[in-house]
Amino acid sequence: MSNNGYKSGSNLEKVLKAGHFAFTGECGPPKGANVEHLKEKFEHLRGKVDSVNVTDNQTAVVRMSSAAASAIMVANGIEPNFQMVCRDRNRLAMMADILGVYSLGVRNMLCLSGDHQKFGNHPQSKNVYDIDSMQLIAMVKKMRDEGKFLNEEEIDEPPRMFIGAAANPFADPYEFRIYRLANKIDAGADFIQTQCIYNMPRFRDFMKQAVDMGLTEKAYILAGVTPMKSARMAQYMAKMVPGMDVPEELIKRLQDAGKGKQAEEGIKFAIEQIEEFKEMEGVAGVHLMAIEWEHKVPEIAERAGVLPRPQVN
Amino acid sequence: MIVADRKSLEEIMDMIKPYNKILIVGCKGCVTVCNVGGAKEVGVLAAALKIGRKKDGNPIEIDEKTIERQCDPEYIEQLRDIYDRYDAVLSMACGVGPQFLSEAYPSQKFFPAVNTKFFGGAVQHGIWEERCAGCGTCIIHYYDGLCPIARCSKSLQHGPCGGSANGKCEISKDVECIWDTIVKKKMEQGRLEDLRQIRAAKDWQTARDGGPRKSIREELVQ
Repeated sequence: MSNNGYKSGSNLEKVLKAGHFAFTGECGPPKGANVEHLKEKFEHLRGKVDSVNVTDNQTAVVRMSSAAASAIMVANGIEPNFQMVCRDRNRLAMMADILGVYSLGVRNMLCLSGDHQKFGNHPQSKNVYDIDSMQLIAMVKKMRDEGKFLNEEEIDEPPRMFIGAAANPFADPYEFRIYRLANKIDAGADFIQTQCIYNMPRFRDFMKQAVDMGLTEKAYILAGVTPMKSARMAQYMAKMVPGMDVPEELIKRLQDAGKGKQAEEGIKFAIEQIEEFKEMEGVAGVHLMAIEWEHKVPEIAERAGVLPRPQVN
Repeated sequence: MIVADRKSLEEIMDMIKPYNKILIVGCKGCVTVCNVGGAKEVGVLAAALKIGRKKDGNPIEIDEKTIERQCDPEYIEQLRDIYDRYDAVLSMACGVGPQFLSEAYPSQKFFPAVNTKFFGGAVQHGIWEERCAGCGTCIIHYYDGLCPIARCSKSLQHGPCGGSANGKCEISKDVECIWDTIVKKKMEQGRLEDLRQIRAAKDWQTARDGGPRKSIREELVQ
């Protein structure tokens, strides 16, 4: 099977390989089997992004499976980026799901450890963590490039995935973060989507390290952006969300915007960030995580000057 | 050692509700060391149960006995002459105890008075922490003697995950991020390169995932 030199032939891969500034979105599947609700959410993203991340029981809250939601997207002509966490499945279930979603047309996947179940709505559950995110990346690469399962058995028709991984430049210990990113790229990540960025000086420093280590030549790095809806959301993220670095100045900037204008200020900041990322050495695109704010994506994309999205054949 | 916590008095009272004459058996092994199931704790539980049952208007007769270990048949044998004098027997050993007792004396009913928790040690007086997951294939030499399988909430072999902040785990500020400790130790020793290696997926066959385990020392088997 030829893919014209592509690893997966996904739209996201084509856009990145052609040197375009990529723009990806995100869609959390519904907490139910409501397909119409899912469609309504991802329709906002049609034509506005290169690929849509489909979260996998995000924050350990049970939702429609990322596999099913990704397949529904494929069927509706939108390219998903299927997320898979290590929390809920062992290697057998993971490989089975990878083959399954591939057979349904999924071509991108993001490999994650997953939030601990303690955060979610089933803290009583037994977690799995058979393999970790690094080993998941390596496993998908092995399946794709060697055509083998983890046990070395041959796969009849290997899944050709564009392999993604996450990086958080803001978790501790900071000095090690760049090495963990390097490990993920060594393990086989083709692209990286970062945690939401608010501390720009720290991210600039992180990217400089990535460029200096040659990592940006081996993988595409997409900078994570989540527009703040209010100063309260910023305060919540600063205090309650693990590994999140929200500078005091940003919270103040949102507060100073005044009542009713904080959301607009949050969007303005996100747009300023995207403008800066376009120019930042080593940044190959932006991953916009507009959490439960999918309808704002077209406006943000328009104002950030990333439309129309490129068509690469 | 194996660390356990005593079950609540309510739960124990509920278990032995139908019985009027019971024996509480303590263990001088791990549960004595972690102040849960030794002779002293047997006495405390017996007193509490007697008071509780008296209050309920249903007095109970309780005998106490603490043996060397409940994980060895030769000590279990010490109950041979008395086990059938009771309606039921409460074991204060780890989960091994009531099972060995049950197997040795099939006609009697045995109940656990403690919840067996983990393999750990005392980090200070009165505080025990988990240090080993008993996975059967020790890999802590990669991590300077610190175990990410037992001590990382996600058992990551490549950490720390994105939730690590100020040396604490994402699940709670009371939980140490062992990966933070591992990385810092490697940095201090100038051996960060050790952590640039990607480890193969772990073989869990030696853990409980391989089914109930057995350890055989041929030279000791007669």
